[in-house]
Amino acid sequence: MRRSMLFLPGNTPNIIVNGEILGADSVILDLEDAVAPSEKDSARILVRNAIKMMGFGKCEVIVRINGLDSDYWQQDLNCVIPARPQIIMLPKTACAEDVRTVDRYLSVLEEKYGMEEGSVGLMPLIETAMGVENAFLIASASSRVKGIFLGGEDLTADLRCKRTREGREILYARTRLVCAARAAGVEVYDTPFTDVNDDDGLYQDAQYAKALGFTGKASISPRHVKGINEVFSPPVKDIDYAYEVMNAIREAKAMGKGAVALRGKMIDAPIVMRAQQVIEQAKALGLGREEA
Amino acid sequence: MEKKLVKTLREAIVLSGLRDGMSVSFHHHLRNGDFTLSAVMEEIADLGIKDLTLNASSLFDTHQSLEAHIENRVIKKINTNYMSQGLGHRISEGIMEEAVEFRTHGGRPRDISLGITPIDVAFIAAPASDAAGNCSGKYGPSACGSLGYAIPDAMYAKKVIVITDHLMPYPLTDCSIPEIYVDYVVQVPAIGDPRGIVSGTTRITRDPVGLLMAETAVEVIRHSGLLKDGFSFQTGAGGATLAAAKFLQDHMLRENIRGSFASGGITGYLVDMLESGCFEKLMDVQCFDLKAVESIRKNPAHHEISAMQYASPAAKSAVVDHLDVVLLGATEVDTDFNVNVHTDSSGRIMGGSGGHSDTAAGARLSMIIAPLFRARLPIVCDRVQCISTPGKDVDVLITQRGVAVNPKNEELILRLRDARIPVVDIHELKYMAEKLTGVPQRKQRTGRTVANVIYRDGTMIDQIKSVK
Repeated sequence: MRRSMLFLPGNTPNIIVNGEILGADSVILDLEDAVAPSEKDSARILVRNAIKMMGFGKCEVIVRINGLDSDYWQQDLNCVIPARPQIIMLPKTACAEDVRTVDRYLSVLEEKYGMEEGSVGLMPLIETAMGVENAFLIASASSRVKGIFLGGEDLTADLRCKRTREGREILYARTRLVCAARAAGVEVYDTPFTDVNDDDGLYQDAQYAKALGFTGKASISPRHVKGINEVFSPPVKDIDYAYEVMNAIREAKAMGKGAVALRGKMIDAPIVMRAQQVIEQAKALGLGREEA
Repeated sequence: MEKKLVKTLREAIVLSGLRDGMSVSFHHHLRNGDFTLSAVMEEIADLGIKDLTLNASSLFDTHQSLEAHIENRVIKKINTNYMSQGLGHRISEGIMEEAVEFRTHGGRPRDISLGITPIDVAFIAAPASDAAGNCSGKYGPSACGSLGYAIPDAMYAKKVIVITDHLMPYPLTDCSIPEIYVDYVVQVPAIGDPRGIVSGTTRITRDPVGLLMAETAVEVIRHSGLLKDGFSFQTGAGGATLAAAKFLQDHMLRENIRGSFASGGITGYLVDMLESGCFEKLMDVQCFDLKAVESIRKNPAHHEISAMQYASPAAKSAVVDHLDVVLLGATEVDTDFNVNVHTDSSGRIMGGSGGHSDTAAGARLSMIIAPLFRARLPIVCDRVQCISTPGKDVDVLITQRGVAVNPKNEELILRLRDARIPVVDIHELKYMAEKLTGVPQRKQRTGRTVANVIYRDGTMIDQIKSVK
């Protein structure tokens, strides 16, 4: 389960070496914006060796490669794929064909290195107006796509508006991405909150994203990870309620009842689905219970 | 009454009767802003006096001029509790014939009071003094707060010279050292540079690894069974240990726990804890920042103590013996929990025990906070380059990848395991570090002895060898 995804610059060994203990569910080892052109090659090698040597424990490893508009993306993949990162993040994904281009190249590399085809996942980073409009097509372009990711900073530059603390300027993109991802059956992740010193702002922004339907949120600072995890973890009362719902359903079935009520309210299919999702999340976080 | 106020340093030195082979002492409350040690040594050298023993509670990079006095044999021997790397590296290269003697902040007053390291002339830089020598660190442009480390020097030296840049009218009643101990008073234009004496503010770390270790430290304290009303605490001024103090404050306020005292080098964070009701008293041997200086001046609950009351094993009891928990740093820790704070990984001098061994010995729970590796060097090793604090006095090592508990402390291991704190064997921590960094090739400890490390009870605990 990815509640929090932490960006770590691909050229900072002292930060990467502690990446797995900073509390994030995933780390995004960045070869793109965080790395100057003169350091692309060394960062690539560092990231490859870090994945190989360290393993990152329970923390999922995502590598953000350079965009298709650069000369680097194939070199990035050539270097890091043999180390077997779980997911590749493709920046500035604008259309389904972008996804398919990387998909095909990944298949070639997987074959070359004796890896199972499709074992490397993809997470398109949508950060242009074109990408937002094509969000559903991108999300459903390949079975490799595990989720889509909104990049607010580049998007607002493309939209020619200012990025604000409240984020009203990206509301359309947020809701559109959530809808597209859910329609395609994949997860959806929210843009980082970039003011590292504004803990309240981070909390509000994360709660807002969760309310809109996002699965999790990225962060550029380890300081934000705890807050994001808190917001995107199911509250204990929701977990309790989900188990109550499932118990009520089981009891009703055993008694041959069709309609089920809990605390005076009818339990319908959406409530059951929601309860199942909460229990799945709880189990993924080790908060699951033994079912009666 | 013979007049104590003399016109110049030189006159005071001559009047004190200082001559070849004697011992002179200095305190380090002016830290890296101190002008007096260098100025005094300059005058002594100019008078042609040689072969002195320099007994300084600590030496900083601002005292680099000592190197010249070592070379021209004005100084023959150094006794100190801490030496920063500027001079430390030169000592490690073997510039002195006689080995430096390192003591602890408690061991130094012990040996002064027992006559093991007698002082002939103590030079006491005082931010404020009256003409009779009633002096204080709380007032004047060079205010440094407590003068705790200078008090044993004043009490036991044969002659005492107070050097001040802020002469106040007699009697300065709120004094650290009373006139009964003082022979001469000298006024100089400035005893130090306030910017180097105390920092404006000491800040907690923003390093996420440091913050993580600080959070873990507070969890360990919470589940140690010691955190309850009457709790007593000391922490160093390092980034992660300060962060732990801040998190501890949040927890104590949330749980309404009222501690008895915090001690040691005092920072603004401990002042905050006092003012917010976490502690009844601060026992202050040294102030680290301006907030601490202001607090000791104004708040009667912020109490100045001497180095003897702080930590001397020769005292009938001392503050460190009343401590519940101390949080300390380390440059290296070995698998027997021995801690090195004297040398770097190459074996070159860059620090000293200060109050490390004293508090570790006194406190019921001694905790070391250190990252598993710094740059590319593992911090946990088979054998530290120098034993500063023996492993028998260390209970817990906190790293970012787990907490190691000294096996002698079985009850604590059970408590922490129950609280689901990640307790790991210290050998496992060493393995984790070396898996990432590789095993560094150690420097051979074969050169001649450049320093003896004297434990607080007077025994020699280790020796530091020269490094080319």
